[in-house]
Amino acid sequence: MIRLERVSKVFPGAPTPAVDDLSLDIAAGEFVTLVGPSGCGKTTTLKMINRIIEPTSGRIEVGGRDALSVEPHQLRRSIGYVIQQIGLFPHRTIAQNIATVPELLGWEDDRIESRVRELAVTVGLDDHLLERYPSELSGGQQQRVGVARALAADPPVLLMDEPFGAVDPIVRGRLQDEFLDLHDRLGKTVVFVTHDIDEALRLGDKVAILNVGGILEQFDTPEAILAGPANRFVADFLGRERGLKRLALRPVSAVELVRGPVVDITATSEEARSIMESHGVDWIGLVDGETLRGWVDQSELDGSPLAALPAKPFAVTLRPESSLREAIDAVVTSHARVAVVVADDNRYLGMVGLESIAEEITQ
Amino acid sequence: MIDWEWIGRNASQIVDRTWEHLFLTLVPVAIGILISLGLTALVLRWRRSYGPITVVAGILYTIPSLALFAALIPVVGLNATNAIIALTSYTLLILVRNFVAGVDGVPESTLEAADGMGYTRSARFWKMELPLAMPVIIAGIRIATITTVGLVTVSVVLGLGGYGFFIYRGFQARQITQTLVGLVLSVALATILDFTFVLLQRWLTPWARERRG
Repeated sequence: MIRLERVSKVFPGAPTPAVDDLSLDIAAGEFVTLVGPSGCGKTTTLKMINRIIEPTSGRIEVGGRDALSVEPHQLRRSIGYVIQQIGLFPHRTIAQNIATVPELLGWEDDRIESRVRELAVTVGLDDHLLERYPSELSGGQQQRVGVARALAADPPVLLMDEPFGAVDPIVRGRLQDEFLDLHDRLGKTVVFVTHDIDEALRLGDKVAILNVGGILEQFDTPEAILAGPANRFVADFLGRERGLKRLALRPVSAVELVRGPVVDITATSEEARSIMESHGVDWIGLVDGETLRGWVDQSELDGSPLAALPAKPFAVTLRPESSLREAIDAVVTSHARVAVVVADDNRYLGMVGLESIAEEITQ
Repeated sequence: MIDWEWIGRNASQIVDRTWEHLFLTLVPVAIGILISLGLTALVLRWRRSYGPITVVAGILYTIPSLALFAALIPVVGLNATNAIIALTSYTLLILVRNFVAGVDGVPESTLEAADGMGYTRSARFWKMELPLAMPVIIAGIRIATITTVGLVTVSVVLGLGGYGFFIYRGFQARQITQTLVGLVLSVALATILDFTFVLLQRWLTPWARERRG
């Protein structure tokens, strides 16, 4: 979908190139993050794709056509663009802001209006905000408008320059989740610039790690990069806790769950005791049909029916899509040293312990 | 102290001088706006022209109005054209500076977003830069207008002067009523025109008003 072929950019008066002989191939529907220290040319690279910055040499293809041979404003109308400062038009209402590109393309008013309403829903923006001006919105709301505006004419490609850099960490996390979800639904090709390696690894299907002077050090999936950094620079840039970062990318469903020391509430105290013994633990989980009620301590098994015992709930329960990093957290903070996994409908799926997680990561 | 009868006797002349004052204010400001728009376009295209333009406009601004009226008499004569040329020249410095500052004040991120959305250069100017510069542009027009209302009175030396006519004749005849009438009406005119521009700005730039709401 996007192909950069030996692209270089030398700014007038600069001793070294901002981007040096960069080649990059981005497939349709792929979410690619560009990450690197400041001066690595990631933003320059992004802005050359929609020709906000003109390359000094090389070839750029967007959607199969030569980006450098079309009129810049024509090219840009087919590429969504989101910047860190958001850049909403202060004199235009939210609805007018979102309608920008459709208006430039000369859509009918009715079509524009229904598209604006549709996008407000897509990005989670309240209808009543549409008639407001940008200055009346919070930072998070403004960035949602920025995304809606970029998506308005349904461009196949979306360029994003540190779009979540200016909002606070909590809002950023939420916007990241929402945007990943949006990407899954819309299937756009996304090029996303960030200086935050965690954001790059979390969002990208593939991550391009750039070094100062616009040198591409590694371009691969987050998994592959974390498992095998191409060189010292990449390893340093990934920073500490690489193992944990890998775990953050993997879902609990990747490891095999064990049933663990649990017993149905219709069983007897004796059966419960023998299960505890065979697992070598001093507690047992009580299962009621398909759901896990909680757990009881060995000392609480006084011979009365298990269903009558006061089961304590597990402090943390995970879903199959929770990350293994969350699983580790659950394990080390629980009394039982296991993480309990349940389905969306609360059905008990099994448990996961430290060993199986460690096994998964060393494979 | 105030001779109310004089006011009654001269009502029709007061009306005539009001129109004259209004004419000698609005025509130079209007012409000044047109010239300044042209000069601003020049500055936006060739930034280097900004220095020379402000220097020339600044020199014009420093010439005493009396001297300029007199200097123009051999060229255009003793008439309204003379006054309009002189008064127009005084608006240029204020207007050009505010117009350029207004356009310069449009945030870089807004322009980058506009480029990124696919605005052509001229569409970007008319749809983004000009409307967003409007509060500063109108602020400049307000100052130029108030300044011109005051300067019009000096054109009494050309046999014009608007309310300046009463101020001047009041001095000569040692008649305080006439001078006061000229003074009060001149201030009132400046105030009314200024207020009109405030309303115009609110109407033209609704986004700037909502911000405080």
